[in-house]
Amino acid sequence: MQREQKIGTITKVSGPLVVAEGMEGAEMYEVVKVSKEKLIGEIIELEGDKASIQVYESTSGIGPGEPVYRTGAPLRVELGPGLLETFYDGIQRPLDVLEKQTGAFIARGVEVPGLSRTKKWEFVPKVKKGDKVEEGDALGTVQETTLIEHKVLVPPRISGTIQEIKKGNFTIEEVIAKVKNKEGKIDDLKMYQKWPVRKERPTKEELIPIEPLVTGQRVIDAFFPITKGGTACIPGPFGSGKTVVQHQLSKWADADIVIFVGCGERGNEMTDVLLEFPELKDPRTGEPLMKRTVLIANTSNMPVAAREASIYTGITIGEYFRDMGYKVALMADSTSRWAEALREISGRLEEMPGEEAYPAYLGSRTAAFYERAGRVICLGSEKREGSLSVIGAVSPPGGDLSEPVSQNTLRVTKVFWGLDDALASRRHFPAINWLTSYSLYAKEIEPYMKEKVAEDWVELRTEAMVILQQEDSLKEIVRLVGVEALSLKEQLVLDTAKSIREDFLQQNAFDPIDTYTSLKKDYWMLKIILTFHQKGLEALDRGVELEKILTLPIKEKIAKAKFVEEKKMGDLEKLVGEIGKVIEGVKVEK
Amino acid sequence: MLKAYKTVTEVSGPLLIVEKVSDVKFEEMVEVELPSGERRRGRVLEIDRDRAVVQMFEATRGLVVEGAKAKFLGRGLELPVSIDMLGRVFDGAGRPKDGGPEIIPEKKLDIGGNPINPYARDYPTDFIQTGVSSIDGMNPLVRGQKLPIFSGSGLPHNRLAAQIARQAKVIGKGAEKAKFAVVFGAMGITFEEAQYFINQFRQTGAIERAVLYINLADDPVVERITLPRMALTCAEYLAFEKDMHILVILTDMTNYAQALREISAARKEIPGRRGYPGYLYTDLATLYERAGRIKGKKGSITQIPVLAMPEDDKTHPIPDLTGYITEGQIMIDRGLHMRGIYPPVDVLPSLSRLKDKGIGPDKTREDHAGISNQLYAAYASGKEAKELAVILGEAALTDMDKKFSKFADGFEDKFVRQGEFEDRTVDETLDLGWKLLTILPRSELKRVKEEQIEKYMPKVKK
Repeated sequence: MQREQKIGTITKVSGPLVVAEGMEGAEMYEVVKVSKEKLIGEIIELEGDKASIQVYESTSGIGPGEPVYRTGAPLRVELGPGLLETFYDGIQRPLDVLEKQTGAFIARGVEVPGLSRTKKWEFVPKVKKGDKVEEGDALGTVQETTLIEHKVLVPPRISGTIQEIKKGNFTIEEVIAKVKNKEGKIDDLKMYQKWPVRKERPTKEELIPIEPLVTGQRVIDAFFPITKGGTACIPGPFGSGKTVVQHQLSKWADADIVIFVGCGERGNEMTDVLLEFPELKDPRTGEPLMKRTVLIANTSNMPVAAREASIYTGITIGEYFRDMGYKVALMADSTSRWAEALREISGRLEEMPGEEAYPAYLGSRTAAFYERAGRVICLGSEKREGSLSVIGAVSPPGGDLSEPVSQNTLRVTKVFWGLDDALASRRHFPAINWLTSYSLYAKEIEPYMKEKVAEDWVELRTEAMVILQQEDSLKEIVRLVGVEALSLKEQLVLDTAKSIREDFLQQNAFDPIDTYTSLKKDYWMLKIILTFHQKGLEALDRGVELEKILTLPIKEKIAKAKFVEEKKMGDLEKLVGEIGKVIEGVKVEK
Repeated sequence: MLKAYKTVTEVSGPLLIVEKVSDVKFEEMVEVELPSGERRRGRVLEIDRDRAVVQMFEATRGLVVEGAKAKFLGRGLELPVSIDMLGRVFDGAGRPKDGGPEIIPEKKLDIGGNPINPYARDYPTDFIQTGVSSIDGMNPLVRGQKLPIFSGSGLPHNRLAAQIARQAKVIGKGAEKAKFAVVFGAMGITFEEAQYFINQFRQTGAIERAVLYINLADDPVVERITLPRMALTCAEYLAFEKDMHILVILTDMTNYAQALREISAARKEIPGRRGYPGYLYTDLATLYERAGRIKGKKGSITQIPVLAMPEDDKTHPIPDLTGYITEGQIMIDRGLHMRGIYPPVDVLPSLSRLKDKGIGPDKTREDHAGISNQLYAAYASGKEAKELAVILGEAALTDMDKKFSKFADGFEDKFVRQGEFEDRTVDETLDLGWKLLTILPRSELKRVKEEQIEKYMPKVKK
């Protein structure tokens, strides 16, 4: 508004890229309004008075000679009450408001603020006149949804003494506090702040993540855990169930806030999320999941430049909630589409291409994005601890992981969930391959697992994984010479591995009970399977026939363990003893 | 007041360069008049100061630099639309191809279309009965879905597409009132193939409720870029303004992508995989994502793009990127075709992502999901057993393996195979599935509910 009088002139239009001259004094990443229609764009290259601008909307009908208005500010998001439960596009325009303004199809040149200017929020102050505050301190709170108390923070770089603080119902544009700093300057504080999306929000200190992010998905929690503040990568060819895994994580992960960025994905899928989340109940509080969720959708047919911005919009909102001391999880589906947007813009800038025509800076951009995750001590005198976990999906063309986006992502993320086409076509879901996946956090969370789950957790997990490894090599032999060539114990290993695969790793996202499993239940389920294995080995030593062990009716109960409700976990505990007794009871035939 | 420029300086492939222009807009339409008086059309692809790069929609053969006049029309590429388009055949530039008169437009629409706001979308939930068991039973199509047919050269994908177009109908509540139409877009297909479709539509009277856009193999390549956009603009008009349920069939997407590559190469862009431009994904998405339903609108757009995979390779960029955008795929299998099975749909790699919400008690039948899973699992086991038999010989199979193997044969022969004009109801399809399952022992039927076995399984003990 105030600085839009500075005007440049368009000289070139090529798809989403516009070049303008007369732009002296403009800054990199400054937001501009292009043409009379005021399409939103961002400066991505400066050369003399010439600026290359990526435009977030269709540039059809735009031509040389038209004006470019400067705004003097970089691309920013609005951070304050009203973020939750909202469905945004890639540059934080609420899609429901857009629909009201332009109908079912997204027209261009529409400017809508990220947060409602008219809605009133009840502000409850936590400080009083005369108190000293520093950056990151909570001035007060707003009950944003039934689940989340929104802390109104002193923005970075502001500190001093409270001159005035209000209480009551306000819109976000009203001043709720005045802070006088050491130089005697008074800052008017509102309930919201703006932050440039490409800039990391500051923190006091970074910490090593030590607590798992419990996702309720057995293969992840038990075998390849991610931490609160950790990063993970899910690459998968199409049809391997990548999206279902992402949805499951955003539904069940034990984060306080979930941010789901649909980056260049299917429109119907985002609609599905939108319809489903308000219906789904948070397993811990019984409230609709939507109350802790922010959705960002830039579907594949929406303008490509806004797709590039969407993951930054998402992560900035994530950092903001982390700064309040919340545990935040961000899902980005899919970062490959983000990288493609980068490639398209780079191509139009006629930059020197790197691998597969991706720009040479793909690696550094990817790393910088994932580096914004982490467990931190937030700004503020309270020393709140917050965390931001990032889970990025990658869609490698043809399922080939050697391509640049997958490789650059693997270099910076610490967990790899390798989705496998072959497993998916066998209808093994989630189709995460247990032989190729890994998690570098397994060691770091051991103390937590020992304390909160069970003393023998680590041994149990290791044993299960060893059995799966053995199965892989034994299967080779079976393929060559048949099952008969194996010893009885090896045959039992095969059976146990099958049980781990089918009764533990396979999990039905659409079954009301099976869809979520707690860490404790993970433990008992594994314990049951491995007790059967141990007792089976002992029985074989006694001379019991293998056939007799494998046909014991108690195996039914093992297979049904996944359908035992969390409340009835005691049943599983009892089953462990029962298995022991049953197998010990099998008589040896003379 | 339109200005005409005589400053055409270069013709390169489908591109034309006009210099010293002023006030030209991105994606503006251009009409080029040749000294002979002939007119051809194109669109601005890039504009740099006073130099415009124009992509011609028609062949550039015979285009000359000398004496050509380029007229900038001051508007984007628009499609005149009217309800009278039903029953007509058009070419890739939107001109009548059936000898009939020009359309008297109700209005003109920009063929680029705007993206549907995801917030305004309604989730597809209505089952479409195609009458083809391998689709209805195993990978059901729902209204508003985009489900491509992945095929190879020489396979009968077009016959299957035509069969779906003939037979597709919505069953269940309120289905009678629904108005249904087909929009058919053919890119770079042969005269015989095109004639086949036209005849199919004519014979069954379906042409009355169809709009055909046809670009033959020897028609200008660049028209293949605009053709699907014309077809989809027409579909959007019929669906969201005239409350019709539209099935859009686009064949063959491979030809479309190749046309895109040709233009990209002419512009000297940096190529991505296999020479296709880096924006192929985004470009395809702007077509496929135009399927769907919108809250508060009666109509819908369902898309069936057909693509012949080069070398039957699923990882080729065209099927690969398509698979990432569409909601599943129907796979045509060469092996089945060789064995004379029509339609040669391999149900194992086929997938319909939206099926769960489109089937069940109120939509099709309560046992649909269960039996579909059971047939899938049993067929997969049967195929495995057969592979084993190839390596180790029939004798090495256990009795159970033999039963599964027999099931797999029966499944291909009875369930998948059907006549080109055989229109099975979903009940017939599901009952057929139950009948086949009698080959297997009851204890192996783990994915169907006990009470459903009682209710639907034919009571013949074999």
